[in-house]
Amino acid sequence: MNKGQNNLTIGPILFHWPAEQKRDFYFKIADESPVDTVYIGEVVCSKRSPFFEEYYDNVTDRLTRAGKKVILSSLSEVMVTRERKMTEELAQNEIYEVEANDSSALYHLRGRRHRIGQYYNTYNEETLKHLVLNGAYHVTLPAELPRESLIVLGSVAKQLGISLEVQISGRVGLAFSARCYHARSYGRVKDNCQFVCEHDPDGMSLKTLTGQNFLCINGIQTLSYNYLNLLPQIPELIDMGIDNFRISPHSSHTEIIIKAAHSVLQGSISGEEATSIIQSSIGDTPCFNGFYHHVAGHEWAEHNYQLSE
Amino acid sequence: MKILSRFFVDGYIHKAKLLKQLTRPIPLPLINYFLNFTLIKVVKKNSYLFNRLVGHHHKTFLIQITNLPFDLVLQPNPNSPHLYAKRKAVKFDADATISGSFLSLLGMIDGRFDGDALFFTRDLQIFGDTEAIVCLRNALDDMDKSLADEAASNFSPIGPYFLAMARRATKNNDIPS
Amino acid sequence: MTSPHKPELVCPAGTPASLRVAVDSGADAVYCGLQNATNARNFPGLNLTPYELEKSIEYAHLNGTKVLIALNTFPPAGQFSLWSDAVDLAHSLNADAIIVADIGVANYAKSKYPDLRLHLSVQAGAPSIEAIKFYTEEFDVKRVVLPRILTIPEIKSLKQEISCEIECFIFGNHGLMAEGRCSLTNYATGLSTNMDGVCSPANFVNYRVDADQSLHTELNGFTIDCFSCTQNPGYPTICKGRYHVAHREDSYYAFEEPLSLNLASLLPDLISAGVDAFKIEGRQRSKAYTQSVVSSWRKAIDTALDHGAINMDHLLSLTEGNKQTLGAYETKRWR
Repeated sequence: MNKGQNNLTIGPILFHWPAEQKRDFYFKIADESPVDTVYIGEVVCSKRSPFFEEYYDNVTDRLTRAGKKVILSSLSEVMVTRERKMTEELAQNEIYEVEANDSSALYHLRGRRHRIGQYYNTYNEETLKHLVLNGAYHVTLPAELPRESLIVLGSVAKQLGISLEVQISGRVGLAFSARCYHARSYGRVKDNCQFVCEHDPDGMSLKTLTGQNFLCINGIQTLSYNYLNLLPQIPELIDMGIDNFRISPHSSHTEIIIKAAHSVLQGSISGEEATSIIQSSIGDTPCFNGFYHHVAGHEWAEHNYQLSE
Repeated sequence: MKILSRFFVDGYIHKAKLLKQLTRPIPLPLINYFLNFTLIKVVKKNSYLFNRLVGHHHKTFLIQITNLPFDLVLQPNPNSPHLYAKRKAVKFDADATISGSFLSLLGMIDGRFDGDALFFTRDLQIFGDTEAIVCLRNALDDMDKSLADEAASNFSPIGPYFLAMARRATKNNDIPS
Repeated sequence: MTSPHKPELVCPAGTPASLRVAVDSGADAVYCGLQNATNARNFPGLNLTPYELEKSIEYAHLNGTKVLIALNTFPPAGQFSLWSDAVDLAHSLNADAIIVADIGVANYAKSKYPDLRLHLSVQAGAPSIEAIKFYTEEFDVKRVVLPRILTIPEIKSLKQEISCEIECFIFGNHGLMAEGRCSLTNYATGLSTNMDGVCSPANFVNYRVDADQSLHTELNGFTIDCFSCTQNPGYPTICKGRYHVAHREDSYYAFEEPLSLNLASLLPDLISAGVDAFKIEGRQRSKAYTQSVVSSWRKAIDTALDHGAINMDHLLSLTEGNKQTLGAYETKRWR
């Protein structure tokens, strides 16, 4: 296991937390957390951006001084003029590198050093090669890719000398829409939403008619109800050539998960122990790893691969 | 809509009830003879259809005709396909079941009714192996001449006459119950 | 591809027989796919073999109809050859265009066959001017199929800024989630919309009738909806189901009701906005659907060009939910 270059990252906060809560979260990361990279930016809804504007400089400054690499993440769905402008300005900033989550961001970033986000469809080696030619040097892969595809991509990344990242914890984004489902649940639309998404700091749980926990709604984004847990897979992911591990933040227990992931990276706890820690902190919410094992995504598969496979 | 259609095709309703009465005493072996004869002819001419049922050749499909005294059982094995009628009282365990009125089902295999549309209005119900049913639907749909046409033409002139009658009864896509 | 004032009618073909029906009913172009994961309607028993595709292209071309081949899914790493073989086949059979979504596939096609016309699938998720420009500049795509989330004024201003043609959906199943970005089916079943070309696949579907005759539709054990005996049922597509949230007492369509798009009333506006092609959704539907829908729309477009009045409400019975919508096209309030 090559410990030297393996990085823990914090993905962009997906939810509409109060600005002060976001600020305090980032301050804590800066001061106390063993993460290497922090992604900041509004990925889900452009209407939320103004709330955090005044804290950006302070937060990015504090993180940078703490030795964390700061990357700005772009919006996932870019449609209206305001969003197009936002994306263009983000892409053209000269201070921080940008992670592109859609093709309009990529349009502006072509030819410059940039990252590709997990909401961009980098599914195969040919797409990866083309994006690298355009200036991508670090790619976060879509969450639904199975292990056998990660192996191929890891090998190609090694040849190209670029970095790959995968999400290992937190709820996973499964879909985007132009329609705001949070607003819809309150009988409203995006234009008059009154920011109801702020009621659900980890997403609004959507149950089936028979009471099964199934999905979560976060504005225009639909997430898994279950929490992704690929901490046990960290050693084999490293072996594949994936060296960055993203923890998607939630309103509580993120520090515990960071600590557990860090311990796995250090080799001081096993994957099973890490799972135990995570499960006891998130309580009744199940963990899942089905995408990785190429079974139904929501499932938890107990499968320990031999590292030589 | 359905009430209106009853008045327009009342003559047909009479004939449908008559059909039910007539078929009740008909011995199944006779019905099965005609079914098998039709199947062999159709299959011989359209053997490519089995390609769309790969993975489902060994399955049994129960076609429940709600307003006739018998149901049909289909086994689309390309080596020995079977289509036969069975009395409703006889229990049967099928991989997939399609249930509808005679005219709905006829309209569907005649290429005049869209299966999804019939499902949306509950004129058609399906149970069991949904994938097998979707394959069967796609296979039957991939015929230039409808299955009903092909089948009826084997019993000319009675077959085509009956088919024409059924088409007139459901001219506006209304299915009398 | 056509004169600027006459939009093309682009029609679905799930089987060779359907393709012939679409051609005979007046389609200017038909789109179809192969029997594998390379297209986003990889449904059981549907689509064409290479031989059937060859014969179908011959038939279509003989009748003056173009054939577009959908290769609009995303090859997972390690399986790219299935898609590159499909591109090779499309080129060898003289397809009029391929409809692509994946950057790797687009790049392969453009590098190897510069003369093969590329259309950008709605699966590429390119709703903005810059996103479209990315594809036109990188891969010289000649036409973009727009997501169903833009209003007519937005389409009009987009048309003025981009160099390629525009194709819009006008009828059929209304897709809600941003296309090419949905892994709901994979989360529920293990088969992927993006990689396997399936959505709520039939082999995971179960219909269960209760003692009180209500019909439960399930997808791999998840209840998607429940219909009383007086309600019209639908297919258990996850984003068209009914669910519960804590702050509502009732169950509700959390994403969208099962509706179909029908833009007949907006046809003149769409034509004057500069839309180059109109797309009918429904490769998985029957010949009966194809014949009825294509011939109706052929008439509607010809009528609209003559400034006549169009009414397509008779197609309502073919739609899921027996309800139709104008979607986002008329107003942003849909969002």
